[in-house]
Amino acid sequence: MIPEIGHFALILALVVALIQGSLPMLGAARGKRGWMRVAEPAALLQLLLVLIAFLALMQAYIVSDFTVWNVVENSHSAKPLLYKISGVWGNHEGSMLLWVLILTLYGAAVALFGGNLPERLRARVLGVQAWISTGFIAFCLFTSNPFARVTPPPLDGNDLNPLLQDPGLAFHPPLLYLGYVGLSMAFSFAVAALIEGRVDAAWGRWVRPWTLLAWCFLTGGIALGSWWAYYELGWGGWWFWDPVENVSLMPWLLGTALLHSAVVVEKREALKAWTILLAILAFGFSLLGTFIVRSGLLSSVHAFASDPTRGVFILILLGLAVGGALLLFAVRAPKLQAQGLFAPISREAGLLLNNLLLGTAAATVFVGTLYPLLLEAMGGGKVSVGPPYFNLTFVPLFLPLVLAMGAGPLLNWKRADLAGVLGRLKLALIAAIAVGLGAWILSDGGPVMACLAFGLAAWLLLATLIELAERISLFRAPLTESLRRAGRLPRAHYGMSLAHAGLAIAIFGITASSAWKQEEVRLMRPGETLTLAGYAYRFEGVERLQGPNYRSDMASFTVTRDGDYVATLTPEKRLYPVQNAPTTEAAIHTTGLADLYAVIGDPQDPQDRAGAWTVRLYHEPLVPWMWAGALIMILGGLVSLSDRRLRVGMPARRRKSLPAGAAEA
Amino acid sequence: MSEATPRTMKILIRVLFIVPLLIFAGTLGYLYFGLDPQRDPRAVPSALLDKPAPDFELPAVPGLQTPGLSRGDLEGGGPVLLNVFASWCVPCRAEHPLLSELVESRGVTLYGIDYKDKAEDAVAWLEELGNPYAAIGHDDSGRAGIEWGITGVPETFVIDGDGTIRYRHAGPLTRQLIEEELLPVLEQLR
Repeated sequence: MIPEIGHFALILALVVALIQGSLPMLGAARGKRGWMRVAEPAALLQLLLVLIAFLALMQAYIVSDFTVWNVVENSHSAKPLLYKISGVWGNHEGSMLLWVLILTLYGAAVALFGGNLPERLRARVLGVQAWISTGFIAFCLFTSNPFARVTPPPLDGNDLNPLLQDPGLAFHPPLLYLGYVGLSMAFSFAVAALIEGRVDAAWGRWVRPWTLLAWCFLTGGIALGSWWAYYELGWGGWWFWDPVENVSLMPWLLGTALLHSAVVVEKREALKAWTILLAILAFGFSLLGTFIVRSGLLSSVHAFASDPTRGVFILILLGLAVGGALLLFAVRAPKLQAQGLFAPISREAGLLLNNLLLGTAAATVFVGTLYPLLLEAMGGGKVSVGPPYFNLTFVPLFLPLVLAMGAGPLLNWKRADLAGVLGRLKLALIAAIAVGLGAWILSDGGPVMACLAFGLAAWLLLATLIELAERISLFRAPLTESLRRAGRLPRAHYGMSLAHAGLAIAIFGITASSAWKQEEVRLMRPGETLTLAGYAYRFEGVERLQGPNYRSDMASFTVTRDGDYVATLTPEKRLYPVQNAPTTEAAIHTTGLADLYAVIGDPQDPQDRAGAWTVRLYHEPLVPWMWAGALIMILGGLVSLSDRRLRVGMPARRRKSLPAGAAEA
Repeated sequence: MSEATPRTMKILIRVLFIVPLLIFAGTLGYLYFGLDPQRDPRAVPSALLDKPAPDFELPAVPGLQTPGLSRGDLEGGGPVLLNVFASWCVPCRAEHPLLSELVESRGVTLYGIDYKDKAEDAVAWLEELGNPYAAIGHDDSGRAGIEWGITGVPETFVIDGDGTIRYRHAGPLTRQLIEEELLPVLEQLR
């Protein structure tokens, strides 16, 4: 009965979405307030209905209702409760329902907190949101209904893919979706602005918090996914340039660009058409990501059930949404007048450079991801594009970006003095060169690119700190004065500094772990000791354990350094009998400066479990910095989001007929 | 552009704003192509299947006792296995014990192509893991790799007594793959 309630609620949600997508739009066009006002209650009702549907499915999972086909396929009665719940979105149908839930959540958030938006813009934004949710609810209902029943019901389910039975991955999809779908807000704002034919400073300020929120989630989602790959796949790597990873990176790059160009719109009323285009494309890439993952278009290490009919449906949705928006852009955007002019050396120009580099980076990832398909379509056979391509194209784009990032925040609006700025950053420059050379010497002339990246990361970190110190006149004015200034500095500024510093720290981690990782693969007998990067690993043996729905071979290593005990590592190799699938559970001990990483393979002779086992040990320098950097970036985003000026519920400020160039910086 | 009048500038700008739409339409077309249900993205087919093995002649790995490899070695006997490997390739390490086992317990003849590898690294690698190969060609330039249509390492081919390629697997061998695909093919050719 409950699954039918869920199904019915989802159908009702589709009807509500249709109303929300039509009446308020018509009302906005004809100036009928009553019609426009339908949007808010409709958005809230839509959320309620989709939530009912989602909870109904979750209930079916929790009680292991094996009359529901989706539960049979993806759950098992012996599974721990956490994975019964995460199983709801660990499959195609359920994850699309989560997608829709998050979409309606954002719509409801606009209805609740969008009080500062002009009535007409709000009605249109909610209308566009409803168009998107109409498409995706229809997608759920017609091609991937999670509530389909099965008769007769089987005794037990097929279990969730054991790779996905992991706390990291339990929360990875919701976070990533909050990011992906959050970009739909920027998209709706962009389309609404194009329909209105007006983009001004106020629009820039309204679209920023939503983009920032989506960006925080997206950053978290990507970092969590990467962390999962790091400890669950057991290859010691954290990023594989796999299509599924790439499609989450592209919206992140464009979302980051959008965050920065929206600042220019807000402060200077320039780069308007460009910002609109970015907003459309950022969400377009999110949809493309959904499409690629859901249609099985490209092969990937990540397993998802794929089905061509679903692919066609999403492709049509993608075509309508992005194609329609770009058509509107082609017609309307040329009329958007830029008001703030700026010199080639200025804050605006710096942000434009940031945008161009981020946009190009996204384009290279796009080409690298879809090139195999492109070549195949032209009859060129099948190829796969691997890390060498991305290292060759993506990395050289990111280096100048980091260089510009250090100096950018010190540039003035309109016109700036680059020589003066570089003079103020002398210290950072010297330190960067010292760090780069130091890395080169310490690694015996290690990879030049890595030393360069180290120097640049040091440059970014110091330049960010110097900028902040200058802002509050640290060491120049008395400490009380500095503190007073620090208190008055907008939170958005701290947010920026945190995010930039976080990226610098992450770059240290990324570079060190790619360039100076050490690994050792060999057969070890119990009692043998292996030394890697100064740490001695003593192999103590393997014991057999029984988990709730798996059995496990757990190895034990005692790690010492110069005779002192450091840690005990217990990597596991698990077998999930229901799906007959093995997983590796890496054991990781972090020292803050490096991760000690151990994986256990198979015994050399399957009969002789006390004999030699294949063992893989990795020494991963600075990997913890990568996760720390990502967390600091997210923290920066959240601090910026808490800024009074961006607060979503702040009272409306009338800035309707702004004279040219009158926006204050 | 200095000659452009405001009017032509305006038209140029209009055209510029249509470009994103056009690029998008092109992408959409390719994506549609990608949905063809006949297409299996994982299968990278070999144009060489059931064709005679390409002509090649590779020297021995310098510093290794094992002889070099040429087209002639593959012919004349029973079915043989040709494995393309490199010391820098992690999956090769993973499949190496399986290959050794095939040679030791099943009596399979195994030839190797050491692909784009430094000789000293390859020697050290084989010393560490053991050398099950009857002959190894050192393909320093990757030239033979092109002849064989290699998309990556490791790859494994089965060649019958007439020198015809009967089976190809791109990627590391697994126990399951050996049991279910490789051994039946070898059995059939014997």
